[in-house]
Amino acid sequence: MTETQTPDPKKAVASEGGHRYLPIGEVDQREMLEAIGAASIEDLFASLPEAIRLQQPVNVAGPLSDQELRSYLHGLEERNQVAGRNLSSFLGAGAYRHDSPAVIDSLITRSEFLTVYTPYQPEVSQGTLQAIFEFQTFMSLLTGLPVANASLYEGASALAEAALMAYRVQRKRHKVIVAGSIHPHYRATLDTYAKNLEDLEVVEVGWDATGRVDLEALEALLDDDTAAVAVQSPNHFGVVEGWSRVSEVAHKAGALSIGVVAEALSMALLQSPGDGGCDIAVGEAQSFGLPVSFGGPYLGFMAARDEYKRSLPGRLAGQTVDALGKRAFVLTLATREQHIRREKATSNICTNQALCALAATIYLSLHGKVGLRRLAEINLRRATTTRRRLAEAGFPVRFDAPCFNEFAVRSPRPVPEVLAHLEARGILGGVPLGGDYPDLEDTFLVAVTECNQPAELDRLVAELATLGGK
Amino acid sequence: MAETHDTPPVPEVPGLEHTPEIGWRNPKLLFETSRPGRLGVQLPPIGTVDDTPLATLLPEELLRPAIDGMPELSEVDVVRHFTRLSRRNYTPELGLYPLGSCTMKYNPRINEEAARYPGFANSHPLQPASTVQGNLALCWALEEALREITGLSRVSLHPAAGAQGEFAGIQMVQAAFAKRGEKRRYVLIPDSAHGTNPASAHFAGFEVQELLSNEHGTLDLEDLERAMTEDVAALMLTVPNTLGVFENHILEIARIVHGKGGYLYCDGANLNAFVGKVRPGDMGVDVLHLNLHKTFTTPHGGGGPGAGPVAVAAELAPFLPVPTVEKGEDGFYLDFDRPDSIGRLRSFHGQFGMLVRALAYILAMGGRGLARVAETAVLNANYLRKGLEGHYHLPHDSPAMHEVVFNDKSQAEFGVTTMDIAKRMMDYGFHPPTVYFPISISGALMIEPTETVAKEDLDSFIEAMRAIAREAETAPDLVKGAPYTTPVRRCDEVAAARKPILRWTPEAG
Repeated sequence: MTETQTPDPKKAVASEGGHRYLPIGEVDQREMLEAIGAASIEDLFASLPEAIRLQQPVNVAGPLSDQELRSYLHGLEERNQVAGRNLSSFLGAGAYRHDSPAVIDSLITRSEFLTVYTPYQPEVSQGTLQAIFEFQTFMSLLTGLPVANASLYEGASALAEAALMAYRVQRKRHKVIVAGSIHPHYRATLDTYAKNLEDLEVVEVGWDATGRVDLEALEALLDDDTAAVAVQSPNHFGVVEGWSRVSEVAHKAGALSIGVVAEALSMALLQSPGDGGCDIAVGEAQSFGLPVSFGGPYLGFMAARDEYKRSLPGRLAGQTVDALGKRAFVLTLATREQHIRREKATSNICTNQALCALAATIYLSLHGKVGLRRLAEINLRRATTTRRRLAEAGFPVRFDAPCFNEFAVRSPRPVPEVLAHLEARGILGGVPLGGDYPDLEDTFLVAVTECNQPAELDRLVAELATLGGK
Repeated sequence: MAETHDTPPVPEVPGLEHTPEIGWRNPKLLFETSRPGRLGVQLPPIGTVDDTPLATLLPEELLRPAIDGMPELSEVDVVRHFTRLSRRNYTPELGLYPLGSCTMKYNPRINEEAARYPGFANSHPLQPASTVQGNLALCWALEEALREITGLSRVSLHPAAGAQGEFAGIQMVQAAFAKRGEKRRYVLIPDSAHGTNPASAHFAGFEVQELLSNEHGTLDLEDLERAMTEDVAALMLTVPNTLGVFENHILEIARIVHGKGGYLYCDGANLNAFVGKVRPGDMGVDVLHLNLHKTFTTPHGGGGPGAGPVAVAAELAPFLPVPTVEKGEDGFYLDFDRPDSIGRLRSFHGQFGMLVRALAYILAMGGRGLARVAETAVLNANYLRKGLEGHYHLPHDSPAMHEVVFNDKSQAEFGVTTMDIAKRMMDYGFHPPTVYFPISISGALMIEPTETVAKEDLDSFIEAMRAIAREAETAPDLVKGAPYTTPVRRCDEVAAARKPILRWTPEAG
């Protein structure tokens, strides 16, 4: 077996000895069949139509030992070039590299957290339930909204769930306005969710010269059929929007304001969605201790004003007492869920991202009140300084509004050429915007976090200076 | 754990209320343990512009003050806190955790190791394809394996969980009709189906028609024939169904559905019953979602993350979510240019970390090993069924596959319900099975042991269940007061819902 090839199934030898994941041996099997009164295992499969029963094992390689698996999978991961090993990376756009303390993995791989399921039986699941309750508290504190759920899949479907929720609670209003500066994947996901709900219409609003939502255009679109307005901050161009200006005009028209946050760390420093008048906040909390891991698993979140708690999708942990009056936690308000409501359910979401939420809860506990804010400040300062230095190097800012840890630069030369030049030098310089925004073909996004060391930043600036002519 | 209880545990545990406060018995919330001045991380220096006031970088009105209520804890405090919490969970590593339809099997630890290899964990989803060939090759290998296992033509690894895979699947059905200018109104769903089925069908724009199962717990072909009109887009079927019964007429069912131009949707939640033995594609299934956290051992994590790949017949392949992974002349690439696609269901490309684990599992088992998974899972369920027959009522006597559904009919005459039985099982050292589901069975106890349970664990589980049946008869109040030995006693779920407390607040302290 060569290391980077998929193992050849034809070389697989069916070993009928014991398998390490199957604690039923030959003797067990014989005794059990006897107890059941069956002559053979095949007797137990009598209800499977004879005509389609497989005569040969399915054609997949294996069984492989742990050593063989390591060798094969190391072969694959080593074919990737990644930040911290072979590359410098300034990629963000909804997936951010942050340092992750070692204790997170050590705790989340404990069997009591790792291999258990949804805490349907609270008396033997208090650990999971209390951790969810603590997660909900953290998300409530960060979003500035009183209730948060136990998590959603990730940011994009969280926006879709928020839009559907707004549409439900607003009853006779059928339109949801979304900023064009929301992450393109989030908007595409909302479209998929909304497209078969005939009376829900999704409309986009553009941005102004500063990169923020075009308020005049928004006001023109708002009417008494508008259920909600969704805006992301920092938006997909890295621009800090400021929630209040949007919430005010939304509320004036009777629409809800949905705040979307793709970089959750920003909430440690920037005005919270709740303080900015948002009725619902959703987004992506991957930054809280989860690796970028090629896009998943991540951690969607949702928080809302108290009056909407019974309309939230997904799971909720609540505090109660046990038979002796001791504090205990349970899953609650389940009547919203599909197990009971079936086709009338608020959402079809079932399993969520509990282990990712646990990782985030541990991450937030470690950073705490002081550490999280300081980390956010480090991100802001590094990014802002880099933005200024890139402008001096001939790559001016595209939008002259404040940023957090990501910003858009205008390239004096074709973006693919610039990024290829950097890639050849081991630098992933940024995410081009032209593919999603033809008007921004000359623009790319640069993310700078605490993981980007000063020497890396110097190299990026120096390389771009050779192209920027400065 | 394996020890059995000849005499029932006593209801009162002497001295429990007077036991000194041990951290894991009654832990504080981490917000309550906070002490000013503690910090759990070492942060890098702020950098070259330390002295610049924040307000020069961001206008005052866009900033927030320090967040009151956020805790201050050292690393040691945090490790203690979560270790204490962990001791308040039961885990499958202690014994049976036989949640029916959840497939709580052993999660191999090599999979955890592999998903954390730096080349996987540190790869960014927007890197150029040339720099992530390893990831794309892995996705391709997993898709190939799942095609083999399902007998279907293409597999999308994009959906975040089973419910999303299901939503994608039924959306593709909608898209396929739309493409040929047809609009069908209904989806047929048996009454034993998971609640996500009707919810997903609804969100895909269909109306749901429910089919009642017959006395064998399967579909009645005549009923199906009557219901299956040309206004029905699909039948959503769980195979085997949630009663653990295989639809032995599956080929006729497929013929009836296809005869009216409809699609056969299979909920793959119960694939563990027949993986490697028969393939959904060979049964006539057109679209199927899989739960990698069930059959393919990615950890349940306390309720996620899962992953819900969706497999389709060739006819539905154009409608798969974007992106797909394709193999080109210069290596693998992500294909976004799929005009008939239903679109995206999430950001980026899927639950990649879960895909690594699932592939590792498939290769660890091999083709023959996968068949042994189903064989052993079915053997275990039937052994358990045999051991409990006569002690608990079996609402359907059809042959069981990987799970078996009993109910509380025999115990109800003593006033003991399924909930009581479930709670009492905790005192015997087990996690209860799924209860009150499927909803078509009153007081259901749905037991799925999986293949990764040893015979001696099954034996002690059977003994415990029998002991509880005896207790229900002789000491019903004992059962109704259970559990007694768990970190908390029976929880008041009604109070929780009446006046929900959904977060900690400083005032409530």
